[in-house]
Parts: sequence; structure tokens; C-alpha cells
Amino acid sequence: MRAPDSGLPLQFEHTRVEAGNRRILDIEALTIASGAPTAVVGPNGSGKTTLLRIGMGLLKPTAGRVTWGGRENAAATRRAFLFQRPVMLMRSAASNIDYALASADVPRAVRKRKISELLALVGLSDFEARPARHLSGGEQQRLALARALARDPELLLLDEPTASLDPAAAKAVEDILREVAGRGIKIVVTTHDLGTARRLAGDVVLLHRGRVIEHTLSGIFFTQPKTEEARRFQAGDLLI
Amino acid sequence: MRKLKHAFVIGATALALALSQNVVAQDKSIIVASTTSTVDSGLFGHLLPLFKAKTGIDVRVVSQGTGQALDTGRRGDADVVFVHARSQEEKFVADGFGVKRSAVMYNDFVLIGPKSDPAKVKGSKDITAALVKIRNAGAPFISRGDKSGTHAAELNLWKIAGVDIAKDKGPWYRDIGQGMGAALNTASASNAYVLADRGTWLSFKNRGDLIISVEGDKRLFNQYGVMLVNPAKHAHVKKDLGQSFIDWLISPAGQKAIADYKVGGEQLFFPNATVPGA
Amino acid sequence: MNMPASVCIFSEELTYAVTNAIKFRGVEIVFLSAFWMLITGDPALYRIIGLSLYVSLTATLIAALVGLPLGALLALKEFRGRIAAVVFVNALMGMPPVVVGLAVFLLLSRSGPLGSLGILFTPRAMIIAQAILITPIIAALARQTLADLWVQYRDELAAMNVSTAGSVATLLWDGRFSLLTALLAGFGRACAEVGAVIVVGGNIDGFTRTMTTAIALETSKGDLPLAIGLGAVLLVIVIAINAIAWAIRRTGERLAGAA
Repeated sequence: MRAPDSGLPLQFEHTRVEAGNRRILDIEALTIASGAPTAVVGPNGSGKTTLLRIGMGLLKPTAGRVTWGGRENAAATRRAFLFQRPVMLMRSAASNIDYALASADVPRAVRKRKISELLALVGLSDFEARPARHLSGGEQQRLALARALARDPELLLLDEPTASLDPAAAKAVEDILREVAGRGIKIVVTTHDLGTARRLAGDVVLLHRGRVIEHTLSGIFFTQPKTEEARRFQAGDLLI
Repeated sequence: MRKLKHAFVIGATALALALSQNVVAQDKSIIVASTTSTVDSGLFGHLLPLFKAKTGIDVRVVSQGTGQALDTGRRGDADVVFVHARSQEEKFVADGFGVKRSAVMYNDFVLIGPKSDPAKVKGSKDITAALVKIRNAGAPFISRGDKSGTHAAELNLWKIAGVDIAKDKGPWYRDIGQGMGAALNTASASNAYVLADRGTWLSFKNRGDLIISVEGDKRLFNQYGVMLVNPAKHAHVKKDLGQSFIDWLISPAGQKAIADYKVGGEQLFFPNATVPGA
Repeated sequence: MNMPASVCIFSEELTYAVTNAIKFRGVEIVFLSAFWMLITGDPALYRIIGLSLYVSLTATLIAALVGLPLGALLALKEFRGRIAAVVFVNALMGMPPVVVGLAVFLLLSRSGPLGSLGILFTPRAMIIAQAILITPIIAALARQTLADLWVQYRDELAAMNVSTAGSVATLLWDGRFSLLTALLAGFGRACAEVGAVIVVGGNIDGFTRTMTTAIALETSKGDLPLAIGLGAVLLVIVIAINAIAWAIRRTGERLAGAA
């Protein structure tokens, strides 16, 4: 057995998405490499979610290329996605993770151990047998995170993971993400919360009207933004 | 996915078990296509336990109109046909669908009508005169209209009475296309005349205002015959079991059992297997 | 196995006598005749009830094995002509039982293509006819239920790379309590129909006589009180089964956190 080919970097080349005659995404070139988390920021409707879905392979671009580790048709086995409003299967918390493990072809024998590990990682060990839909919003978000991690991803894409959470719950999620990133999993997270981006990200992509306005290291983005849009966005002006 | 597979396996197994269960019970049984009159009158309920006790054979009776019962035999869906329309029976045998027709018993038809008797036929012994009066009075009349033995007998009586019913029928003549019971229910509900076999009439419970208007005419005689479906046409016919049922029906024991069946103290069917030409 | 017919005739007449004796006290009392048979443990009646349940439950099981996956596929698989297929399956819900019965009859008749099976006028023929009758009902109702669930699940399952077959299984499992309604609708229809079973079963006493064909027979014998009484017994049985199923659904949903 040889190690599977890496799905990184994630590269977009002349990638366009159109709905009718409206252009939702238009990316000349964007490379997301392994390393610290990448934050994709921008106002609502700037194309963040669309970018993320294409990065997962859930959506095919209208034109252009997307490659994972240089390959266009790479299997999505080591990619995982966390939706903004994750849907829990109508099963227990443990079964939700078990389902993800099974769908990633994890052998039955090791699943029990993995479930405990993942539940512990997201701090839900006590909720193992609880119906997933009976958990609170923050708990569901963390369970969804555990479910995504069950796929043993090298690339984890998260769509506004803290948007609908109160600060305490958001912090819990961010802590887990930091822990996950520390294990070498590449995180790409969309957020309109600059605080999240500042706390988590190694690099930042600013999207506006479907275009990449700026892609730079987090330290540079927040101290010496190159573009007018980035300055205004950080100043809290309404980018329209 | 595995769960679904399990469900399929369990379901399929249960199904196989369920469906195989009644194979065993099918061992010694025959299917008899007969008429509503023999079933609805309760005759078979009386005869079959006696026959079963003697031979161990289960007789499964499907009750249909005579025409339909003969069709069932023609298709090979029954082993024995037991009906009452002599000319059709003879044709059935002549066409090679039946082996041999044996006369079994007779009863008679009666003309049923409302107590109020709008056509003034009550007490008559002349069925054709009564039918003509009904036609002339335009009194409601229910016809089976289902190609049954009773329907055939009714059409034949109109013909003898000189009435071309196909031409003469008006709103008073209601062709319902259903069994004897349904015809009696309809007559009861609409105070109409109807031709019925005596057996069904005697065991019919929803009479309302209906009474017997005409009886005793020789032309109301109703002969039953029985035939084995021809194994040469349908190889699966249970020849031996079917024949033993026929043999029993026309044996002294079977004939006595038929004579013994009474409803409200009245004998319904009269065995005549030994009468030549019946 | 077979009870002497004299027993049923006796009890039938007894029932009739009882019914007649109490008739004048009010129409509602006619129901008592059939319940009287139920209480006194009339073996013929119990055999009829048993056969009705056996035939209809088996038919429901078969129809579920076909109809549920079919409904799930119609809910989640996008293919050309899907809308036409959905319309077609929905339309089949309105199939007249007699037509189904007739088709199965012609199929199973000794002169028909499957005549060599020799199962016309047996409970098996009735099961086949009812299964065909209610498969579209179960499939159509399952599709409706599962389409709603699929809207929720589609993205998550896609992100988990779940195959079509896996998605079907997931929908069926997670929707199992809601699907009970579809099964009950199918079972109810199977239990209530008379047109198909009377044609393919032949209403043979002690062998293929069900509640509904017995009701048809008693009606044709003019014993309307007994027919109505049998109808009431059928209704009570169906209500009981529905109540049990709903209890299962409520409890199950609560425990699984589906509600």
C-alpha cells in the first residue's frame, strides 16, 4: 500500500460560476496551500460559500479549473465539509459519527474507539447516546465538526462555523479548530467575523463581488492592507 | 446500507416462510366452480363436511353465475363444475371441456314480488301469463343480467311467453348484472318482481315486503348437473379426487344428504341422479 | 383444520336469532351480532379475521420491500422523466381493485402465462393482487415523506460521499417512523378492498374468505345486520392496528430524537 496522493494544494484557475447571466464567482488564480488555516472573508453575497463548495467538489464551476494536489478529478475521500447549518441525522450523537466513519469505509472494529476519541475532542463525551437533534446549537455545531473529522480529512472546509453561535459556544468551536489545525489538517474557513479570522488564520482571502481582492498573510492583511476595499472592510464600512 | 440489506433478507425469508406455509394444506383438495344458489342457500355448508369426513378431501367452492362457472372450467381453473343450465352444460361437454354431465338434483324457480302485487299475478300457476301481465303493467322487474343459470331461465321464460324482452324492455325492466342475492336485495329495496331459485329465496333474510307470487309451474323446474373438467384439455385437473366428489354426489349417500338439507323445515333440493334423462 | 360447517351454521343462526330478537330496540344494536360471534369465539369468524390479517399484512410487507426503496429513489435520484414517473406512480394509487384483481386473475389462470403455478383461488393469489394494488400507494407516500427529508440530508450526504444506494438506505432508516404512515395507508387499503381478493381468491369458505368477501357474501344473502356487524369488527381491528402503529411511531420518534 502506498500513501494516498495529497489533495493539496487546492488551486483555482480562471474559475467562474454563473447563474443565468449573473456572475457569482470569477477567480483568476487562487492557491490554498497546506499550513495554517486560511480565512475567506468578505461581505454577504461575495461568493464565499460558493468558493467553499467548489473547493469541496460539491459544485462544478461553469468554466475554468479546480485542482486538488494538481489533479482535477481527485477523489474527495480526504476532504470534509462543515455546513453553516449542519443537519444532524435522526440518530444519537455517537451514531452520527459512526455514520460518517462508515461512509468513509473505516472498519467496524475501530469505529467505537474513534467515536470516543472524536466525542472527547469536541467535548461531547457525555452526550454519546443523546439524540443528536436534541442537542443545543453549539453542541450540534461541535458534533458536526466531529462528524467531519471522522473522515480523517487533510482538507477541512468550514462555512461560517461560528455565525449562529453565542461567544462562549463560538470560542469552544475555535478552540477545537486550533487543536485540529495543530494536527496538520488544513482548514479553510469562511467568516464575516474579522475577529475569527484574526484569531485563527495564517492567511486571509478577501472576496468582493465574486473576485479575490486580496490574498495575503494574516499579519499583513490586518496591518498593511493593500487595497481600498480591504481597508474599508476592516474599518467596518459597507462594501457594496 | 447494511441495515437495508438485513431488512431485505429478513423480509424475504419471512415471505418465503409465509408463502410456503399453505402448500402442505393443499394436498387433498379440489376446486369446484358452482353457482351462487348452491352456496348462498347453504347446501354446500351441509354437504362438504359429510364428504370430507368420508374421504378426507377438501372441496373449495368458488361461487359464480352458471356462465362464469363454466368459463372457469373452460380455463382450467376448477376441477369440477356444478351448475344449472342444461343446454350450456351439454355444450360444455360437447366442446370437450367437460368429461361427462351427470344430473344431480333439481329445485325450482319462484317468481318473487311485492305484497302489493301491482301486476295482479299473485297465486297464479302460469309463469308466462304472469310475465306478460308484468310487462303490460310496466311493474318493476329485476333481471340478474349476469349470464347465470337463473338469468338464462328467465330469458327463456320471456321467450316462451312471446315477449321479445330485448325489444320490449323499458325502464320497468332493470338489468343489474349481479348475483341472486344482490338481485333480491334490489327487488326488496324497490318492491320489484324477480325470478329466484327457491333455495336462495328460503335462506334470504332481507325480504322486506317480498313474497312468492308465482310457483308450481312445470316450466319453473331447475335442474342441476355436475361435470369433471376434461383432464385431456387441462392436465393438472385432479381427476381422481374430482371424480370421487361427483361419484359421491350421485351415490345413494350423497343423494340422501341432498334430500336431508332443510331450511326452516323445508327441503330445498330434490335429488334425481337416478332419473333417466334428468 | 376445517371446522364442521354445522358449527358455523349453528352460530350464524344463533346470531341471526339474537339479532332479530334485539333489532327492534334500535339500529345500533345490529352491530352486536358480529361482536356476539367475536365474544363467543366463533371459530369461523376468527379464521376469517386471521386470513384477512395474514393476507393484508403479507401483502403490505411485499409492497414495502418494493415500494419503499422505489419511493426513496423517486425522492432523491434525479433522472430524465422523474416527474413523469412520479405522476405515474401517483396515478396508480387510484387503480380500481377489480382491475388489479382481473389482471392478476388472467395472469394466474391455468390458461394464463403463470397458470402452471396453480395458485389461483389461494391466499397466495390474494397476497399478490393486494401487493400490486398497494405498492404504488406506499411508493408515492414514501416519496412524499422522503423528499422532505432529502432536502435536509442532500448536502450532508453529498459531503460524506454517500452513494445512491447508501442514501436510499439512510432515508429509509431515518424516515422509518414517518414511513409508518405510508405503510398504514397501504395496509388499510389492502384490508378494505374486496374487488381484487374476491376475483383471485374466489371467496372459498374456510380457505380464501376474508372479512370483506364475507361482508359481500352476507350482503348477497340479505343478512344485512351480520354484514354491517362484520364491517364494524373490521373497522375495530383496523383502528386497533393504527393505534398500535401510532404508539410505536410516537415512542420511536421520541427515543430517536426525530420529532
